[in-house]
Amino acid sequence: MKQTVSKGILLILAMGAYTTSWAQAGSGGNGFGSVLTYSLIAIAVLIFFFLIIQVSNNLLAIEAKQLGIDEDSGEVGTGNDGFLGRLFKPKKPAFLDEDTPVTYLRRGHDIALEGEAELKLDESVQAMTFAVQPTNFLGISPIPKMVVEEGAEVKAGDHLFFDKNRPEMKWVAPVSGEVIAIERGAKRAITAVTILADKEQQYRELSAFDLDNSNRDQLVEYLLDAGAWTLFRQRPFNVVADYNEVPRDIYISTFDTAPLAPNLDFIVEGQEAAFQKGLDVLAKLTSGSVYLGLNAGGDTAPAKAFTEARGVKQRWFHGKHPAGNVGVQIHHTKPISLSAKVWTLGVQEVLTLGKIFTEQRYNAERVVALTGAELKKPLYVKTKVGAKIEDLLKDNLANDHVRFISGDVLSGKRKELNGFLDFYDDQITVVEEGDDYALFGWLLPSFNTPSISTTFPSALVPDMKFKAETNTHGERRAFVVTGNYESVLPMDLYPQELMKSILIGDFEKMEGLGLPELVEEDVALCEFVCVSKQPVQQILRQGLDTMREQA
Amino acid sequence: MKNALLKVLKNIEPDKEKSPLLHTVYDGFFTFAFTPNFTTKDGVHIRDGMDLKRQMVHVVLALQVLYLFGTYNIGHQHFVALGEYTGFLQGVHLKLIYGLIKIIPIFVVTHVVGLGIEFYYAYKKGHGIEEGFLVSGALIPLIMPPDIPLWILAVSVAFAVWIGKEAFGGTGMNILNIALLARVFVFFAYPTYISGDEVWIAGIEKAAEGGYFGQAYGAVYGFFDNIFASLGLATFGAGGSAVVDGYTGATPLAIASKEGWDAVTQTYTTGQMLWGTIPGSIGESSKPLIIVGALFLIITKIADWKIMVSMVFGAAVMALLLNAWGATEFMEVPWYYQFYMGSFLFAMAFMATDPVTASSTATGKWIYGFLIGFVGMIVRVLNPAYPEGWMLAILFMNVFAPLIDHYVLQANINRRAKRIKATMKSETPDAPAPATAPAQA
Repeated sequence: MKQTVSKGILLILAMGAYTTSWAQAGSGGNGFGSVLTYSLIAIAVLIFFFLIIQVSNNLLAIEAKQLGIDEDSGEVGTGNDGFLGRLFKPKKPAFLDEDTPVTYLRRGHDIALEGEAELKLDESVQAMTFAVQPTNFLGISPIPKMVVEEGAEVKAGDHLFFDKNRPEMKWVAPVSGEVIAIERGAKRAITAVTILADKEQQYRELSAFDLDNSNRDQLVEYLLDAGAWTLFRQRPFNVVADYNEVPRDIYISTFDTAPLAPNLDFIVEGQEAAFQKGLDVLAKLTSGSVYLGLNAGGDTAPAKAFTEARGVKQRWFHGKHPAGNVGVQIHHTKPISLSAKVWTLGVQEVLTLGKIFTEQRYNAERVVALTGAELKKPLYVKTKVGAKIEDLLKDNLANDHVRFISGDVLSGKRKELNGFLDFYDDQITVVEEGDDYALFGWLLPSFNTPSISTTFPSALVPDMKFKAETNTHGERRAFVVTGNYESVLPMDLYPQELMKSILIGDFEKMEGLGLPELVEEDVALCEFVCVSKQPVQQILRQGLDTMREQA
Repeated sequence: MKNALLKVLKNIEPDKEKSPLLHTVYDGFFTFAFTPNFTTKDGVHIRDGMDLKRQMVHVVLALQVLYLFGTYNIGHQHFVALGEYTGFLQGVHLKLIYGLIKIIPIFVVTHVVGLGIEFYYAYKKGHGIEEGFLVSGALIPLIMPPDIPLWILAVSVAFAVWIGKEAFGGTGMNILNIALLARVFVFFAYPTYISGDEVWIAGIEKAAEGGYFGQAYGAVYGFFDNIFASLGLATFGAGGSAVVDGYTGATPLAIASKEGWDAVTQTYTTGQMLWGTIPGSIGESSKPLIIVGALFLIITKIADWKIMVSMVFGAAVMALLLNAWGATEFMEVPWYYQFYMGSFLFAMAFMATDPVTASSTATGKWIYGFLIGFVGMIVRVLNPAYPEGWMLAILFMNVFAPLIDHYVLQANINRRAKRIKATMKSETPDAPAPATAPAQA
């Protein structure tokens, strides 16, 4: 809001200066002073009103606090959503009631890429090889203890290995079949346990669990045995949840705003019961509430599974990426600190959790979006956690000089063609490798480069879709430009200052500036826009690791 | 075309091990021609097209109109002082060539010295040549008087780049604005070359017995005279003639500081001051062209509009206060006419907005800009020695920018802590209390 006003002021000033300068050139008269005076008076009046509104807004908030009105509801705004903020708000979508509070996030940036997956499930694509990769899980011992050996036959849901430090934490097979390899990396750390799937899938049958008549401890024990514990991730640090802790709240984002991200409304279709069951289980696990972040920015209402979910608190968000990131949503509901831990899950993890109770088995099914401009036909496939990328993309590649990414282009992991989908990902992106030179790249108005900068002509074409490639478009430099990171991160923090505090190891400042609230995906857009090409996500992880060691 | 050029360039690449200095220089020029073929490693897989080279080059682009005008104005002022070709568009070829003969050596010396030091440090530290000097090097000629002796220029650029930047760790690490540091060095080390009345007009000297006269034209001018004569155009001639009667060469600010606004208008019209056909530093005088450059930087989001706007406010507020006080002639200059004189706009558009030395937080930028305007106006009006304040005000606030940021960040830290505390309190423990097992790292 402040920006709109100030831009207006600038315009008036510029107009004033111009009109008078022409008048001057013509007559040499003395009109400049009066026009400038009038425009400055106008500005002063504007500022005066702005101040009054701000002050009254804050008084309102103070009064509301005294009366005990819930500030959470968004009705009484301090911070970035005051009276003026509401005045200039985008129109509320038709599918929402007048009195449903919506959090409008103005900062952010959508990167429109070519190769969005068509809303069609291709049943013919089937992966044969699957892997569980311990490297997908943060906060566990790098060499887990194996339960099975190479060559063993396992059923889907059978234990594969457990964490050395916490033996109750077990990982299970996503499919039934033969364990064909246990791959090891540096220092004998296990990188992947690979399973060749059977044609006919067999499941380990789980005992039925009575959710209503049992306490939390029994539920935790049951979930640990079922292998469901790895579905929960704990913030701060984004580690696998600790079963000794009770989370303050549990958060689920029901929409993904990342580039080419899968449409979760489409994925959850027909699985409403399992989703609701999953939410019911989660409600038993937390001392607080289960929060559901919903998209108020779409043309149509989100799926019924989300809007009609019971036993949860719904929060509506409207904005560009990263509005769909759960970290941003937590920030705008109840912030995390080192002592207030929350858990997060993706929608498909909730489905797997729910199916443990509705189907009595560990169903690792995932609907995965195959996306990217280098695919012949970007679409959705139904497979299982950890599917081999080659199996899914066979016959679909339009180009072989490409990069495979498990996840989206911002925070996904680079994979080889014979690599595997990561545990928490429901998207594979294929983009062209950009290892080519660009003549006068620093000057020419290249059209096919996504950017937030208006020095590219594509800034004039708002709906432009880009065919991105992996070139860095420049060399790494020290931090120079300021304000860029903030312009794409809709959170009340200073990411660039935070990065600097991590680089110099100022522990107190890291915590104070909000490091516990962030994980890699939240700052991925900052890394994208970074003019100095700094590895922002890597720096953030470095900070999180130091902080975790200290805590 | 592109591939052929690439091949040629790759063929002449010096060996990195055998001749590291050559390779550094080669790398600097190669990356100037081609964006390297680096691809993203970990982290994001696609990157924004903007890089530091592009950023810096756009500032240089914004300065081009000022270079054009500044060059011409050097010649224009010279001839006006001598009473020849007093119309703006009379003697165009002479004024242009005169300006070019003055500005090209300044530009070349600035870049040879500045880039030389930059190249040396890149080689010494084994990193690529950073593009920070592109902007500094384009700014420095514009803020110097046209007659600056080249050795003084060389010393001041060396001081600014060496002590101001490389000593702190290179591009992005400096505390003070490099271009202003070069100028402030001249200002304090060689004050007679950058203050007084005669320095702002090229080729005018003070005679021993008083009064001013034009310098004799040297051999370079003779060369052009031959060309002009063969084309039937007017020539420079021998030079050395006396200036017009009553000429002082004083800038509007110098007049205003002594005798007030009325005296200024007797010498210069407001139109002249606005369009910039007045003596001064090379690039600072034309207000509309500076505004064009500033708008270009704002639209491309390269410079921060917050600093510019708040700086205008700061200066206006202080000027109004001084108007109200009104103890001297200079204080009584109507506040809006303060913007007609001196280099306020140039400092606002190109100096204060340097992202490295300015405040880095949005709130900090408002404070930073406002205080530059405020302090700069104080220095301009109340300083008895020198009637301009932006250089000193910006350097002063450069030093204070980290402090402003510190308090903005501290406020953010406190706000965050308060909010976390508030949400903790509102929690309703309706579920079993947390297990007492110690948290595992």
